[in-house]
Parts: sequence; C-alpha cells; structure tokens
Amino acid sequence: MADVPLSPTRSAAAKAGGASAWTRLQTNRNWLGLWFMLPAAGFLILFLAYPLGLGVWLSFTDSRIGRPGEFIGFENYAWLWGDDVFWLSVFNTLLYTTVASVLKFAIGLYLALLLNRHMRFKAIIRAVVLIPFIVPTVLSAVAFWWIFDTQFSIITWMLQGLGLIDHQINWLGDSTMARASVIFANIWRGVPFIAITLLAGLQTVPGSLYEAATIDGATRWQLFRFITYPLLTPIIAVVMTFSVLFTFTDFQLIWVLTRGGPFNATHLMATLSYQRAILGGNLGEGAAIATAMIPFLLAAIMFSWFGLQRRKWQSGGSDD
Amino acid sequence: MASVVVRDVRKSFGQSEVIHGVSIDIEDGEFVVLVGPSGCGKSTLLRMISGLESITSGELWIGERMVNMAPPKERDIAMVFQNYALYPHMTVFENMAFSMRLRKAPQEETDRRVTEAAAILGLTPLLARFPRQLSGGQRQRVAMGRAIVRDPQVFLFDEPLSNLDAKLRVQMRTEIKALHQRVGGTTIYVTHDQIEAMTMADKIVVMQGGHVEQIGAPLELYDNPRNVFVAGFIGSPAMNFLTGVAKRNGAGMTVVTDHGETVAAPETPGLEDGRPVVMGVRPEHLTLTGDAHGFAAQVVVTEPTGAEVQVSARHGQDEITAVFRERVALKPGETIRLSPDLAHAHLFDAATGLSLRA
Repeated sequence: MADVPLSPTRSAAAKAGGASAWTRLQTNRNWLGLWFMLPAAGFLILFLAYPLGLGVWLSFTDSRIGRPGEFIGFENYAWLWGDDVFWLSVFNTLLYTTVASVLKFAIGLYLALLLNRHMRFKAIIRAVVLIPFIVPTVLSAVAFWWIFDTQFSIITWMLQGLGLIDHQINWLGDSTMARASVIFANIWRGVPFIAITLLAGLQTVPGSLYEAATIDGATRWQLFRFITYPLLTPIIAVVMTFSVLFTFTDFQLIWVLTRGGPFNATHLMATLSYQRAILGGNLGEGAAIATAMIPFLLAAIMFSWFGLQRRKWQSGGSDD
Repeated sequence: MASVVVRDVRKSFGQSEVIHGVSIDIEDGEFVVLVGPSGCGKSTLLRMISGLESITSGELWIGERMVNMAPPKERDIAMVFQNYALYPHMTVFENMAFSMRLRKAPQEETDRRVTEAAAILGLTPLLARFPRQLSGGQRQRVAMGRAIVRDPQVFLFDEPLSNLDAKLRVQMRTEIKALHQRVGGTTIYVTHDQIEAMTMADKIVVMQGGHVEQIGAPLELYDNPRNVFVAGFIGSPAMNFLTGVAKRNGAGMTVVTDHGETVAAPETPGLEDGRPVVMGVRPEHLTLTGDAHGFAAQVVVTEPTGAEVQVSARHGQDEITAVFRERVALKPGETIRLSPDLAHAHLFDAATGLSLRA
C-alpha cells in the first residue's frame, strides 16, 4: 500500500501523525480504489465465479433436479470414463471445432482480403457480409433446419432441378451428412466475425509498405507472405482464440438442428451436458461433462496467450 | 547506372489530366530534383517513373529500354519514401536484405552488400534493431540503406526529409548529397522545398500544375528565371515584384509602377511603351539610396539577424523585401528609397508571366 505515490492530502495526513486510523483510511487511495472496483467485482463473482464454482462442486455430487446431492468424489468422472457416448461427444467436439475453425479462418481471411480491395459498393458489400453474424443464432438455425429438411430442402430441390441427383438427401439423418451439415451452418455463422475483424487488421497495414515491397521485387504472393501475414498475426491470434472458444462451447445451433442425433453423431460436450443434466435430471453427471470442457478451453487460452505475447517488433524504445 | 528520358509523358485520372506532357532528359549519374508547390504533379511523376502509377501516354526510357509497361521490379529502381516505409516486423538487417531475399541471392553476397551499405551509413551497430527502436534520422538512413543494397539503375526519393525536424533535415541533406557523390547513381529527388533543390541538385525541374516550368542548373534558374513563377519560387526570401507599365524615357527603359513612380528598368529591346510588365528584383539587389533614383517604400518590419538585416516594406500594393549587409537602423512607418541593381533585375510580361529578357 505504501508504494503508491503520495497524494498531497495523504502526505498532509501522514504529517499529522496522530490522526486516527479511520482518518488515515479515508485518505488512502488504495482503499478508495477498492470501493471503485467493488461493483464490477460483485457482478463477476455473482454471475461468473459463483456459477463456475457451483458447477465444479456439483460435478463431485450426485445431485438430481429437486434433490441436493451428497459428495461422491470422482464417481461421476469415473462413470464418464467408461461411457462411450461421452467419448463420442469429445471426439465430435474436437472434430467440429477443428474443421469449422480451420475453414472459418480460411474463408474469413479470403473474404477479408477481397473486401480490402477497391471495389464498387464496398460499404454495402461489407454490411451484407455481416448479416449472418447479426441474425440471432436460433433464427438462423431454424432457417438451416429447413434448408436441411429431408423433404423440403432447397439444396436437394436445386440439385434435382439441375438434374444432378434423382433422390432425396437425408441431410440430418445420416451420421456423416449430419456432421457436415452442422459444421457448414457453424461456418456460415462464424465467417463474418473473422472476416470483419481481419479486415480491420488489414486496414492498419500502411499502403506504402506494399509499394516499397513491390519495388523491392515482391510478387503478389510474396506481398502476402512477407508483409500482410506477419503484420496480421497478432489479430489472427485474438480472433482465432475467440472463434475456437465459441465453437467449442457451441450449443444453440446443434440443439435446434439435430439435438445431438442421429445416434449421437453430432452430440457436442455442451449438448450432452445439457441433455444429461436438465433433461435427464442428473445434475452431477451433466456438471462433470461441463467441467471436463475446462481443460480443453484452458489449453486453447494458454495457446493463444503465448501466441499473443507482444512480438519483439511491436514493442519499442528499449535498447537491448 | 543509367540515363532516364521522359518524353511527352501524360497522366490522366479518369477524365482529368494531371500531368500535361512532361519531357525531361536525365543523364547518367545526375542528381535531378523535381520541385514545385504541393499538387504540382512532381510526386505523381516520380511514381510513374517508379512504376507505381501507370503512364497514360508518352515514353519513359531507363537506360536503353522503354519501360512504360514494365512492372516496378523490372525497372531496376530503388525508392525512398516520405514515411520511410520500413517493414516494422523486420530488423534493420532484414529490411535492407529484403530485396536480396526476394531475388534469392546467395547469403554471402547479401551479407556483404548489407554490411557495406550499413558501414557507409553508420548503421552497423543498429543492424539487429527493429524500426520502432530507431530515431527518425536513423530510420531515414535505413530507408536509404535499403536502396543502396539494391545497387539500382536509378534512385528515387519522394520528399524523404519532410518528416524530420529542421536541424536533422539540414544534416540529412548534406548526408544525401555526400552519399550521392560517394555511391554515384542517377538520382531523382522530389521536394517542395526550394532550398533542398538549390543545395542538392545538379539539375532542377520546376513544376507547376502538371507542367514543367523550367529545367536548369540551380544558379541558372536563380539568375535567369524563364517566368514569374520560377522567379518567385526559387530563392529565399523570394524575389520582389513591382507591377506597372513599360515606358521608354530617352535615357533608357523605365517602369511606371501602379503606385505612380517611375523606376529605372533593365534595357529590353523591342519593348513597346504602355505594355503591362512586372519587374522582378531579388532582395539582395536592392540598395538604400538618398537621391531620386529608385522608388519609395514604407518600412513595415526590420529583422536583424546579425550578418544582415532583412527589411519588409510596402510600395503601394506591392510587398517588398530587402536584405542589407550593412546594419541599417530603420523604424516602422519610415519612408525609404530603394534602388534596384539593373544588372540583376528582370522584366516579365504581366499577361503571360514570361521573361522579356532577350
């Protein structure tokens, strides 16, 4: 506390010496700072730390809806360890996150590069790109539900109209097709966020760097490889961390489209946790599944944290 | 190293033409400065030479080759930008070696060239630093180093000193000139600062509104400006202009100023009486005189600098600046008489702005 620069009031109080502890506390800047932090800290504790702690605690109990459970140690985890459905959901989640994130990044980067060029109606096109992002998830999921409907699918209808196929496609009824379909929907929804964020990053790269590199003899690919990409890496790290976290914890899209089916082929950890805890009533087991997501999320955050460390060229001034 | 020939080059953006047929001959190894007020097209012309802007019509030759259509990398040029355009994520070494890296040059050759250029520019201790860790002058040097490593046919400089403070600018001016003398190389340098142009150039190209106003050696432009624009642009403090009409007066040429005074003017054969003219006199070519010679002016300000005294005065509507080597004591509002040195005075046609000197 003493290492804070002395304010005039405080040094005056210190000089007084004999002032009461209460007077000294009143003029203490750290004490004041604590009060200012309290509202924000209160919200975080109430709505973040407490539910998280409660969830972890529940995973060590056998609570069911309407019946507070008792501490049972790692029994829930031991049970999940032997549960094939749980392991399938882990596999699904990893597959879903990996495929969707990689494709979202590739398409998002491509779109950003495209939108960064001079073209007519640029502002309108940029606004249009954002639409999938601003439509509520459930609404877009319902739209996809129709697009992937076995009988009324517009994709099937178009393919038939073109004469490419003569049967119905069971988009959400076949394991592989269902996985591909939900991943497609997730990509459609996630690309705008990545594209617009990367576009913002692209616009911070000075045009003269491209001119200098062009004169230095760089081809278009080399401009991207040696100028655009390295200057974009900090923002790529941020945006991909967010993207991975959102995709890994995705719930709404899956729940509306498939509820985890067929045969649990699209069950993610989040949907399985909901199904077991809320629908099945086994709060403890559901909480254990949710808690099992934490190590994966922590790994993703650590990965980006190290990736996000200020690169040496970004920090200035030091003479090392 | 190579000569550069610009022949009737034009540039249009859509319907509007911004460069109206410019022709310049630049010899091998020459230091040419393109100078003019902002918006005169000098930077556009430089970018057309570099290949960053396309050429609408005309011919551009670098050495033996017409390069109108060639992309920048094939023109064998190097450019120093106003904001330096250093790659922020590369060290000084990597910045300077970038063109060699793109060319897939052997490592030893890259090392040798970068080390040499760094030594010339005093950058050797800074090679491992990133641009952020450098001062303005050091960044400027890295930008030049990047150009030197290229060993190009032509060096292009686009207002390289305008981001530096005044003191550093003078220092770098000297450095660039010394560098040119040491490294050689055809150089095209763009600036809006006529002092930079005067001090650095072998040849100055004065531009205005997309036209070339005059091309010549610095002192040639100073002594024999072709028109009022060049006369007023080159030289600091700027040339004084007295507006009036020509009148032949037995003994010789005179100008009756708009303020109604008759001032002796340089002899100009064939100049008819009553022609509206502008007489141009440089501040150092005015002397204080007691007699009826010259013209009257009211002192506005005197600015002694020690070595000389600069006097701002007013003759009717015309503002007059005079520089005296002797220490004169003049009060604001005082009326003085100034006499132009006829050997160094100029007459211009008031309508066309062209010099009437034969």
